[in-house]
Amino acid sequence: MKLTRLIPLLLCTSLAATAANAKDSFSICWSIYVGWMPWAYGADAGIVDKWADKYGIDIDVVQINDYVESINQFTAGEFDGCTMTNMDALTIPAASGVDSTGLILGDYSNGNDGIVLKNGSTLADIEGQSVNLVELSVSHYLLARGLDSVGLSEADVEVVNTSDADMVAAYTTDDVTAVVTWNPLLSEINAMDNSTEVFNSAQIPGEIIDMLVVNTETLAENPNFGKALVGAWYEIMSTMQGDSAAAIEARTAMAVASGTDLAGYDAQLASTEMFYSPEQALELANSDTLVSTMSNVAEFSFDHGLLGMGAPDAGFIGIEMPAGTFGDAGNVQFRFDPSFMQMAADGAL
Amino acid sequence: MKRLINRTPGLRGRWLLGLLPFALLLVLYLLASDARLAANPNDKLLPSVEQMGNALHALALEPSKRNGDYLFWVDTLSSLKRLLIGVAIAALIGLVVGLLTGALPLLTAGISPLLTVISLVPPLALLPILFIVVGLGELSKVALIALGITPFIARDILQRTQEIPAQQLIKAQTLGANTSQILCRVLLPQILPRLIEAVRLSLGSGWLFLIAAEAIAATDGLGYRIFLVRRYLSMDIILPYVAWITLLAFVLDQLLARANRWLFPWHKAGAES
Repeated sequence: MKLTRLIPLLLCTSLAATAANAKDSFSICWSIYVGWMPWAYGADAGIVDKWADKYGIDIDVVQINDYVESINQFTAGEFDGCTMTNMDALTIPAASGVDSTGLILGDYSNGNDGIVLKNGSTLADIEGQSVNLVELSVSHYLLARGLDSVGLSEADVEVVNTSDADMVAAYTTDDVTAVVTWNPLLSEINAMDNSTEVFNSAQIPGEIIDMLVVNTETLAENPNFGKALVGAWYEIMSTMQGDSAAAIEARTAMAVASGTDLAGYDAQLASTEMFYSPEQALELANSDTLVSTMSNVAEFSFDHGLLGMGAPDAGFIGIEMPAGTFGDAGNVQFRFDPSFMQMAADGAL
Repeated sequence: MKRLINRTPGLRGRWLLGLLPFALLLVLYLLASDARLAANPNDKLLPSVEQMGNALHALALEPSKRNGDYLFWVDTLSSLKRLLIGVAIAALIGLVVGLLTGALPLLTAGISPLLTVISLVPPLALLPILFIVVGLGELSKVALIALGITPFIARDILQRTQEIPAQQLIKAQTLGANTSQILCRVLLPQILPRLIEAVRLSLGSGWLFLIAAEAIAATDGLGYRIFLVRRYLSMDIILPYVAWITLLAFVLDQLLARANRWLFPWHKAGAES
């Protein structure tokens, strides 16, 4: 193969990866987490297909084993949408210049993320200890917010980056005395001897939001993609709520798919503030609280260098929210778009 | 017209041909990177040379915001320290075990099968046990490297020892040497250069284990940094780090090769005769 012939080919493949255009088949990815299991159920039970057919499109729902890998795939353009938290949406796709939209606010962590100490009864006891956590993740953010609340800063502890896969094993060793992690690992660690949970996400309600993020350009060119996803989501929500036989069946399917049982899954749901109705999600999306949360998140991300080397300040990447825009309005890469959830609330889907 | 099989490049031709694939890869990379950046200037997958330079500059020449360290050098020093200590321990244990097991038939019968089985155990699979035994500190990283490559070095030295001609041992005994003298004066000088070669071969795995260990729990190191910024697709940091690790590995390899020539000149002479 001659070089001259290879160049156009390379150009085409690299452009194809970034080009978006009107189309009729889409794919979204999800990874295992209590608030995202509904996608697994919705795909298996045919709810997603039903709504996609209604709008004359195809939606492929793909599970990715590794959470960060799934976001990277979305950022690279392999998927049109993906499940992630508000912080990761800002620091991975948006910071990489992929304009992203929060289409569905599914829930916020209300105790699903926590700080556990081995020998200590209050958060202030963490001073001077080394803390094992997945650095730069929402755990790290939770730690920063927790330290803030007791007048400490990150300089008072030593952060040790530890892979989430090894967190539980690490906690069984003697030299690990403090961890920050999320469920289901959190409940496993809490169940061990002399563990005290000294801070959790219930103390910063509404700050760690789990959502479905889609590519802004794709959504603008294909509003049907957004409508089908939102329609399917709220049908799944109404199916899984309550104690009817259908709801139990749905939640059992989600439990099995996430490697636990109904009781375990319900326990995880208890520390998750699910927005079963679009009205609940809209209340958060339209609130001023969201603006202050996102400014907190942006400040944290900037302090830790997550907005990229070129970012001069926390407002480098604009975040557009119904109640106002944070940061540079000329460089908006992350948006909260409540209009589709509003359609669901109005019964217009 | 010379036959193709008989056409050999001159010195300059060899250099040119050797550098050509590197130049081609570089050009391909630059073209692909430009194409992606033209479509999205913030794209992180294929950063431009300038972006990588900036990222490296920030890590190597500016103190970090968090603790004022020059991260690039701190990472390099901690990683090299772990690697060298781990490899040194592995080389020492491998030499002693390999030499004694290879030289003494009683030990060969006893230890050789065990060594073979141990060398087949994948060290990475034992990580959780390793954590619980030695904790998560520096020791666990050094231990993983040592555990990973000791069996390989020991088996290699064992085989090399057995390859030494029996005539030499008989000659030495005829001249009145006892077992320990044979070990130190006949076997050891011939085994040491081979130990360095075994270490050179095992450095590749050594790096692999080092980076695996740093990915699991660490506060600094080359592997740690790569896994940390992997979350953010910061290829502008990852690619220079990978290039740097490759360069370090190459330099280490060459240093060992030269050390072999300086320290044991008889090894090469013996191989040629």
